Parts: sequence; C-alpha cells; structure tokens
Amino acid sequence: MMKKKTIVCRCEDLTLDDVEKTIDEGYTDLEELRKKLRIGMGPCQGRVCIPVVMKILERKTGKKISKESLPRSRPPIVPVPLGTLASDKK
Amino acid sequence: MIKRADVVIIGGGVNGCSLAYNLAKRGVDVLLFEKRYLSSGATGSCGAGIRQQWSTRENAMLAIESVKIFEKLSKELGEDIELRQGGYLIAIHDEKEMKQAEKNVSMQRSLGLKVDILKSEEINDIVSILDVKGMKAIGATFCPTDGHANPFKTTFAYANAARRFGARLYTHTSVNKILVRDKSVVGVSTDKGVVKTSVVVNAAGVDSKYIAEKVGVSLPIEPYRKEIMATERFKPLFEAMVISFKDGIYFSQQKEGQIVGGIPVPEEKSGYRTMPTFAFLQHMAKTLTRYAPVLKHVNMLRHWTGFYDVTPDARPLLGETPGIKGFIQCNGFSGHGFMISPMVTKLLSDYIVDGKTNDILEKLNLNRFKGKKIDREMSVVG
Repeated sequence: MMKKKTIVCRCEDLTLDDVEKTIDEGYTDLEELRKKLRIGMGPCQGRVCIPVVMKILERKTGKKISKESLPRSRPPIVPVPLGTLASDKK
Repeated sequence: MIKRADVVIIGGGVNGCSLAYNLAKRGVDVLLFEKRYLSSGATGSCGAGIRQQWSTRENAMLAIESVKIFEKLSKELGEDIELRQGGYLIAIHDEKEMKQAEKNVSMQRSLGLKVDILKSEEINDIVSILDVKGMKAIGATFCPTDGHANPFKTTFAYANAARRFGARLYTHTSVNKILVRDKSVVGVSTDKGVVKTSVVVNAAGVDSKYIAEKVGVSLPIEPYRKEIMATERFKPLFEAMVISFKDGIYFSQQKEGQIVGGIPVPEEKSGYRTMPTFAFLQHMAKTLTRYAPVLKHVNMLRHWTGFYDVTPDARPLLGETPGIKGFIQCNGFSGHGFMISPMVTKLLSDYIVDGKTNDILEKLNLNRFKGKKIDREMSVVG
C-alpha cells in the first residue's frame, strides 16, 4: 500500500501526495499532468513513474487510460554523452 | 454542451489559452476547443525562449511588449511561469551578419530595447563555456532582458485563470466545420455538438491551414518539422540563451539544470513526419560541442520533434480574414509563437471586444501577401 510520502517519480522527487494534489487541481489528463510535474522527463524516461502515475490517475478519476494515449517515447533509450554522438568523423 | 458563445477559439496552445484569458477577463463569453490536450502542439515542444532581438519592427514590438507582460505574469495569473531573464547572446560570424546586426540593433534601440554589440573577446564575459574560436564568432549581440519561461506552466496558468473568469475549455474535442452565412461566421460544429457564435479564432498551429480550408480560405502556412533535445541536469553554468542564425543552433540551460536546444536537420523539407532522426542528433552534438567543448562529457537524455507553422515571411498571421466577417487568424508563428503570445492576444482581444485595430494587426494581416513586396523576418533559428 502506498503512503502519502511514497516516492512515485524518483527523477523529480515526487510523492504520491504531490501527484494526487495536482490531479485534484484539475490535471486529469496524463499528458497535462506529466507536463505540469515533469513526470517522465528525467533519466528514467518514464519507465519507472508513468505506469504508477497512470494507475493513480485511473483510480482517482475512475476512467481507464488507453495504452495508445500514453506519452510517446523519446529516444535514446539510455543517456548518451554528447561527445560520443559528435565523434563520427563524417 | 453549451449552445452559444460570444467567441470560439480553436486550439489550446499558449496563444489560444492566453486569448481565452484576455477575453474572459473582459467579460466575454469564451469557449475553447482543443483537439488533443492543452499545450499538445508547438507550445509543448518548443525551446521555451523569449527573445526581443528581431529584424522586423512588428516582431520586435510584439516581443518587447510581451516581455513587459511576462515580467508581471506570475503575479497576474497567480501561478509561477518560471520566467528567467538571462539574456540572449546572438553570435555574429562575418561582416554580412555584422551589418545586419547593426541594422537590427539600431531599430531595436529605437523601440527602447537595451541591446549591445559585443566584441568577440567579450563573449566569454556572458557565457564562460563558449569556445569563441570554435564557434567562429567575430562578435555578438546581447540583450539582458531576453530569457525563457516554462511554456507548459504558462499555458496552464493562462488556462486556469481563463476558467476563473468563466471561460470554458474543452480538450479532446475536434472542430469539424465552421458555419458561415452571408460571408459572416455564425457558428462551429464539433464532434460534441454545434455552438452558435459570431467570432471564431483560428489558433490551431500547423492545423490552422486545414481549419481555414473548411471555409475556403487558403493560408500560406507550411509545416516544418523541427527537432530538439535535452541533456541531463547539472549545476548552473550559464544563464543566457546562445543562438546563431548562420548555424541555426540555439541552446540554453533551463531552471532545472538541463540544456535544451535545437538546430535544423540537414536537408529537411516541409512535411508531417514526426519521428526524430539520428542525423539531427549528430549534427546537434557536433555543433554544440564545437560551441562549448566542455559539454562533450554531458549526457543527452531526450530528443523530440515539433512543428513550426511557417509563413512566406516568417511572421505571424493575425486579425480578421478578408471576406469572412468574424473569422480571426492567430497562427503562422513560424517558431516564435510562445514568446510573443502575451501581446498578440492582448491586441486580438482589443480588436474583438472594442473593434480597435492597430498598425501591427494591419501589417500582419493575411492580405499582406496579395501582390505586395514581402518584408521577411531574418532572425530565425532552429
């Protein structure tokens, strides 16, 4: 069972309480919630937080979120140093 | 759904939401329809920059007045929009660019803007991590009151304030038809019902062209796919946005510590493809580490695409459509819609409420493309 202080998004240090309060303010669209709180914009790319936030949102609004409406993935899959990306001689 | 409204706005980006706010604040009954979610288009994928250094007088005036509004906006709307004024440093690479910069700066100063031309050796006083030789700069222009703000939070703050004044915003709602009778707007038809109205504002970004086509109006807008990336966060190293018109690059370090920046993709043509490309990443990484070699150790985290709605002169389309009474354009921002949104929507709300037009709305009307010489905005990046 999650407590109020349970961390939901490690990259942004967001707790269950932070997420629930923002939903209560009217951010009931997963994308708007993501952009308001920066969920999924850290190094985990949403792999840790988005499924959890999706469940919290579904529980609070009583509406099912379709997989198609989940935020699009942003490449790369893992962080890459700019120096590596720039190293191609061409 | 509501059956009648004074004004219907199509598009829930920063311009649609700020216009909803400006109108609702003045007692206008406003409805806004957004096809996806608020900030889902160009607003939500933009580089967050706020720049007053433009080559055309109208853009400079819109940006200067917008900064005055941005400076008080967090207080006015009751939410933090995270405005940071670290300035914009625009690299100058050759004599031709220097001539254009001198011309731009003199026009900008005539409008009261504080902006300077820096010598190459002064560049590192503003941004210490730049390699002036590597970026091949012979100088730069710098305006200290330029900066950036959070586009999502600005849009949401406008939307929330608009709602407090009675505006109704419907997301995930598409406009199918604009109803016109005797060359005047009489309503819109959406997938959730019909609304009677005498004013429709087309603030739909790249989709504005298709909205206008529904009533037989052809807007000269082309969608240009743009790519942008964000790095991991690190301690604050610089405050200014760095840009170059010649290389097309722009980058800044944002509030949380990440660098956000973009550059035109080599050989990119207009179109609707959304997939990010490796060509962009290589070109961006090469140029960015040439400008600031120390950044080669920084991890690139995320990379996404967005669209510029580009007009033939890279300036917005604003005001009433010739031939259709009540059909107002608020689009064609060509990549700088966020930074001028406060003033654009103030002028449009004055026009809609008081019928008051002005020089800027006249000059940026759709009728400017009819057989006249185009005054092109030169200061475009990304």
